[in-house]
Amino acid sequence: MATATRRLATLTGGRRVDPTMVIAWTIGTALLVLVLVGSYRTLASGHYTSGQWFDFVVFGLAQGGIYALIALGYTMVYGVLRMINFAHGEVFMSGAFSAFFLADFLERRGFIAEYPVISLLLLLVFAAVVSMTIAVVLERVAYRPLRGAPRLVPLITAVGASFFLQYTFRGLFGSGVRVYPTVPLLEGTTFGIQTKLIVVFLGALATLGILWAFLTFSRTGLAIRAVAEDREAAALMGVNVDRAISSTFAVGGAMAGVAGVLYALVFAQVQFFMGFLPGIKAFTSAVLGGIGNLPGAAVGGLVLGLVESVGPSLFLDGLGIPAAHQLKDVIAFTILVLILIFRPTGILGERLGSRV
Amino acid sequence: MLLEARKVTKRFGGVVALHDLDLQVQPQTIHSVIGPNGAGKTTFFNCVTGFLVPDEGEILLDGQPITGLRPDQIASLGIARTYQTIRLFRFLTVLDNVLIGLHQHVKYGFLDAVLRSRRYHQSERAAEHEARELLRYIGLAGQEHLVATNLSYGDQRRLEIARALALRPRLLLLDEPTAGMNPYETNQMITLIRRLRDERGMTILLIEHDMKVVMNISDLVTVLDFGEKIAEGKPADVQANPLVIEAYLGRGAASGLDTRAAPLPSEESVSDAAS
Amino acid sequence: MRRALTFGLIGAAIGWHLSLVGMLEAFAGRWLIGQSLSLSSVLLLALLFSVGYLTGRHAADGRDLATTAVPGLLLGCALWALAFLVSGVGLRHIFVAASPALPGIVTFGQGPDVGGLLLLLAIGAAVGLVGGAANWIPAAPRRVVLIALAVTVLVGLLRDVLSPLLPSVLTGLLYSPRGGLSVSGTFIVFGLTVAVPFVRAMTAAQLGGWARVRPAGTWRQRQRALRVLTVLLVMSFPLWGGIFLSNVADFVGLYILMGLGLNLVLGFAGLLDLGYVAFFAIGAYSMAILTSPELGALALGFWPGLLLAVAITVLSGILIGLPVLRMRGDYLAIATLGFGEIVRLLVLSDWLKPHLGGAQGVTRIARPEIGPLVIDRPQEYFYLILVSCGLGWFLSVRLRDSRIGRAWMAIREDEDVAQAMGINRVTAKLLAFATGASLGGLSGALFASLVNSVIPQSFSILVSINVVALLVLGGIGSLPGILVGALALVGLPELLREFQEYRLLVYGVVLVVMMIWRPAGLWPEETRVRELEEAAEEARAMAPAEMVATGQDGA
Repeated sequence: MATATRRLATLTGGRRVDPTMVIAWTIGTALLVLVLVGSYRTLASGHYTSGQWFDFVVFGLAQGGIYALIALGYTMVYGVLRMINFAHGEVFMSGAFSAFFLADFLERRGFIAEYPVISLLLLLVFAAVVSMTIAVVLERVAYRPLRGAPRLVPLITAVGASFFLQYTFRGLFGSGVRVYPTVPLLEGTTFGIQTKLIVVFLGALATLGILWAFLTFSRTGLAIRAVAEDREAAALMGVNVDRAISSTFAVGGAMAGVAGVLYALVFAQVQFFMGFLPGIKAFTSAVLGGIGNLPGAAVGGLVLGLVESVGPSLFLDGLGIPAAHQLKDVIAFTILVLILIFRPTGILGERLGSRV
Repeated sequence: MLLEARKVTKRFGGVVALHDLDLQVQPQTIHSVIGPNGAGKTTFFNCVTGFLVPDEGEILLDGQPITGLRPDQIASLGIARTYQTIRLFRFLTVLDNVLIGLHQHVKYGFLDAVLRSRRYHQSERAAEHEARELLRYIGLAGQEHLVATNLSYGDQRRLEIARALALRPRLLLLDEPTAGMNPYETNQMITLIRRLRDERGMTILLIEHDMKVVMNISDLVTVLDFGEKIAEGKPADVQANPLVIEAYLGRGAASGLDTRAAPLPSEESVSDAAS
Repeated sequence: MRRALTFGLIGAAIGWHLSLVGMLEAFAGRWLIGQSLSLSSVLLLALLFSVGYLTGRHAADGRDLATTAVPGLLLGCALWALAFLVSGVGLRHIFVAASPALPGIVTFGQGPDVGGLLLLLAIGAAVGLVGGAANWIPAAPRRVVLIALAVTVLVGLLRDVLSPLLPSVLTGLLYSPRGGLSVSGTFIVFGLTVAVPFVRAMTAAQLGGWARVRPAGTWRQRQRALRVLTVLLVMSFPLWGGIFLSNVADFVGLYILMGLGLNLVLGFAGLLDLGYVAFFAIGAYSMAILTSPELGALALGFWPGLLLAVAITVLSGILIGLPVLRMRGDYLAIATLGFGEIVRLLVLSDWLKPHLGGAQGVTRIARPEIGPLVIDRPQEYFYLILVSCGLGWFLSVRLRDSRIGRAWMAIREDEDVAQAMGINRVTAKLLAFATGASLGGLSGALFASLVNSVIPQSFSILVSINVVALLVLGGIGSLPGILVGALALVGLPELLREFQEYRLLVYGVVLVVMMIWRPAGLWPEETRVRELEEAAEEARAMAPAEMVATGQDGA
């Protein structure tokens, strides 16, 4: 009996087979079956045209790009500090929200209509700077004093910081929704795809590229990677660990800020609570791809964006669920829970250094 | 034969921590496992206690296979251990630490606890009595209500052993019990380990780096290097074995052989032990 | 000097923050003393005091002390600058709180002119110095004075609540006709709260020698008398508290119940469950489905409904616990958060509307009936909730002092070693989840009945955060801490409307500040204090280059 258990255990990668996993696998398989059945039925019924599917996919990619940018912030901080920066969603929100005021200002002056590209760049930079600042201050004030603490303590602090930021913004700017001005250049379609979605997706890709270049070729990037791999050794090599960690937060924050503006381009609205859901979804993306693994976070983001966009129509609709789009967040959360249960190391695998 | 390991192999990615290891521990003996750092000794302990599952091979307790069982199941079969770096429940009291060791032997359930039934009271009283007995035996009487982390280093090590004893084990695995101890404390530990075998009939499997200890109390010594057994036998034989010497000295002076305290077998070690 | 500047800048940032999020303006309406000292002024003074105090921590002599005026001056300047800006430049379309009233509030009524600047500088320097000097007062009397100040502030704030309760003679004495405390009232309250411990200390010193002859007996008697008095007060509360306060007490009680439940999971077993609201929701909705005639099917009475609702919640606790069993701490937190959100979204969806009421929710939930009596007033619910809390407390204490509690604490401290001790972590963790869920479900069911309806909005993550925050404030794992946390974080906002607005902001601050400054909570369980103090010691001692891999986590 024990031999059989052990052999099974080796099959499942060294883990014991316990009844809890059996139940989990049953439920997981059931969900998978439901997904397949639903998808089949939707596709068979021809409810959606291929044009519509195409739109879903494109939207999903754009959304995924945004998630990817935010997810990278989560994954980098986890790689360096082994903590989940729960407040990262608020870093994202702060960039988007503050850039609104600049956008509003530019629009009143007619800037956006006249110099759309420069305006966009200004917005991106502004949001990046604001988010970066908030992220760095956050680390300095809330996380650094807790460097050595047991794991739950920084997490609770992060949750607290998250709510603090949310409600500060609410207090500062009100609880209402602010609508971003439209950029005339981005309206309409190009090659049959909504222009702004193309811009967002390409923008996300470009930012990812810049990040990759930064991490690979710059000294700070090297320092960050060193600290992520082995903090102690990096310190012994003369790396200023504190500064590297701050840089990690800064870079992650900047990208979240960029993501914020891109989000605003797509969804046009900002509100103090807007960071919560994208934050969780970005975290899901990071775990999906493998926490600590940068390409993984990007891949995870794209996958999640796609599934969230295509999913409700694809399988929920086929299962006869009315108003399926209401449940798109449920899909995201379910993916989160499933990934944490079945493959917490992610699709592409965790990339963490030695334990510090 | 109380414990038997047959062809146990454990890999971590590309690293082979244990390779085809055969080991037999006889009842009521003190069996030491030695070897340079990284030889796989603690990994072996982890396999025996169920914390790790071997990739190949089997481990049997009293002829019954225990590979693949959960750590708590293995604990219930009578295997207890201490750790290389002390892993007490630091912020619980000394008494609580030992009481947790008695967890499986204190038999009452949820309802008993909530309703404070007679079974609860009886079990708790008996448990506390046994815990205090153990502490007295170990030499920590009177310190029951101290917080574990406030004990001296030596006392903490002994508390860890007391906690392990609370499991009423047949086999006790001690991972470097004398690490960080001065000679006086080391001698006390040696005496204690001997008492455990002689007075309580325990079988003890010991990982040690202090050769003085190993030579003094071991009935049998197994030497590991790179996850393989390279020698086994009585302490004196093993010490003279050229393979063993090469494993230690050939890999550099700092890799574990406590040359300072490695006497040649002579009257010296006997009188040392007596002190 | 550097300290002074740093603290001054931090104080300035906080001052600006408080002003721009609108807190100062909101608090300006609440009078503390007469109609001259408002809560916002008190807040500003407290801020000035604190920066002075913190700067002067290591002041050795008079010259060092002088530097404590600096942060005060800085802060005063910053506040004036803000007032000036707000009055001059129209910032309102960006910062909604930059209203015309703000400059006046910030400058203690003077206005953003030269007079205002001078006033702020003077007050800033003075209060800063006082704060710095406070460091030189020995710790014990200082603590007494601070507590006395806090109590006075509370009494002043709670004027609306307290005055109907106290005999009119007392109210006339303590409070001014409008606004807060009267001047005499202030002195009386402050004097009393300072005097009591003082007198006690003096008499103890005098009794000195022969007090030891019979300390235990009298002390214990006194404790018992105090306990009896508290019990009597609590039991009779609805009679003299009135309907509003009973309602508040009901909500505080429901949160205490949830706190007790989460305490089993987080405090004892160490599992950070950020989705505790799921149990609250399941309890409430089960109650709704089972007893409301709206949804057709069943229309059970209150008591069977309650029992079933709790049972269903326990089951859900096991279901939620099963998959998260083997996750490490932070992942467990996020996963439970996910569950909480999934529950809320499902309850809100149109898809489940026919069964769960959708966005409109469910109404007409059963009321408890004991024989001919129907409980439908908050005062009556109070007793029901009180009994439930008592049950939860009883359960917690019994479990804590048993092998189950020990097993939980072992898992909390070191899960791997706990397993090696023969503790089956699956059953232990599931038991924690199930028992925690039962209390959450009970709270939810009672809530549903009390409010007579359930709507999805009531079951968001904010409830979970609320419960976590009150546990953190009181001390994770500490039972009396739950009372402290609930009273402060649920009771106070209910009593003071101004705090309601900024509730979550305060929760966020509480979580961050508590984790950094007092991770063991305000009323800690002894072990947590030791644990976290040690971690702090280690962190401080370890600089990155000195961190040697201690291999704590074995294998």
